[in-house]
Amino acid sequence: MLNADFIGRAYPPSSPYFVSREKIREFARAIGERNPVFVDRDAARALGYADIIAPPTFATVVAMESSQTVMFDPELGLDFSRVVHAEQSYSYARPICAGDELIVSSTIENIRVVAGNDMLTTKASIDTVSGEHVLTTTSVLVSRGVQTP
Amino acid sequence: MTATVRYADTVEGLELPPASFPLARVDLVRYAGASGDFNVIHWNERIATSVGLPNVIAHGMLTMAEAIRVVTDWIGDPGALVQYGVRFTRPVIVPDDDAGAMLEVSAKVTELLDDNCVKIVITASSEGQTVRGKAQAIVRLA
Repeated sequence: MLNADFIGRAYPPSSPYFVSREKIREFARAIGERNPVFVDRDAARALGYADIIAPPTFATVVAMESSQTVMFDPELGLDFSRVVHAEQSYSYARPICAGDELIVSSTIENIRVVAGNDMLTTKASIDTVSGEHVLTTTSVLVSRGVQTP
Repeated sequence: MTATVRYADTVEGLELPPASFPLARVDLVRYAGASGDFNVIHWNERIATSVGLPNVIAHGMLTMAEAIRVVTDWIGDPGALVQYGVRFTRPVIVPDDDAGAMLEVSAKVTELLDDNCVKIVITASSEGQTVRGKAQAIVRLA
């Protein structure tokens, strides 16, 4: 069982994540992307961006440290080997761009038990170090209950 | 920073070009490395089966990343994506063989919204079964 007292808990903002061109390219390759706007600076500039932009789900890389702080919080009590990602959504103010320095601020939105499984909803705001909002990410993790034989 | 598809040319029910994405074990390992998500159920069959899964499963986030390509390739400028959300209802099982798994993705405009935005519902399936309960995107067209 997850600690329900953690609903509403806000974690301290992450240390700044510097978005590099090479990390975007590595991620784009890993998801099989072929759109040049994720790898080629000229293609990105032709669309009006200062540098290459990141694929829509790249935010998961940026938010990893912050989400692991939540997931591995011993007082929360999540069994990582039983965790399945149930829902994910993003709301974008603009795409992440190479050169961005981003801060992630995570909050536990909800904890509930559905059919014997713990469900954890976390929300994170991703903003630049100068305070420009870039996107909001919301995820629901399910920790599958231990089946009794 | 503008989509190449015009709102005025878009109608409800418009189907976007579908796409298929093969998923082999090596793709999961590459994604684990690139994303930093090293959850063992995505690469270790022993642990995956010990927690009750039929086999190693793909990262939901990897299938989410692939599925939206149907939309971002269509709109021209991926930065025109306003919202994207999925519910992972059934995992994509990736066997340790030469074939791996195949993710089939289709998408359709379901609603014309204000401010040049449209809602798109995305369907993803593997082995003939849908792997998403709800996947939708909102994009701002030109």
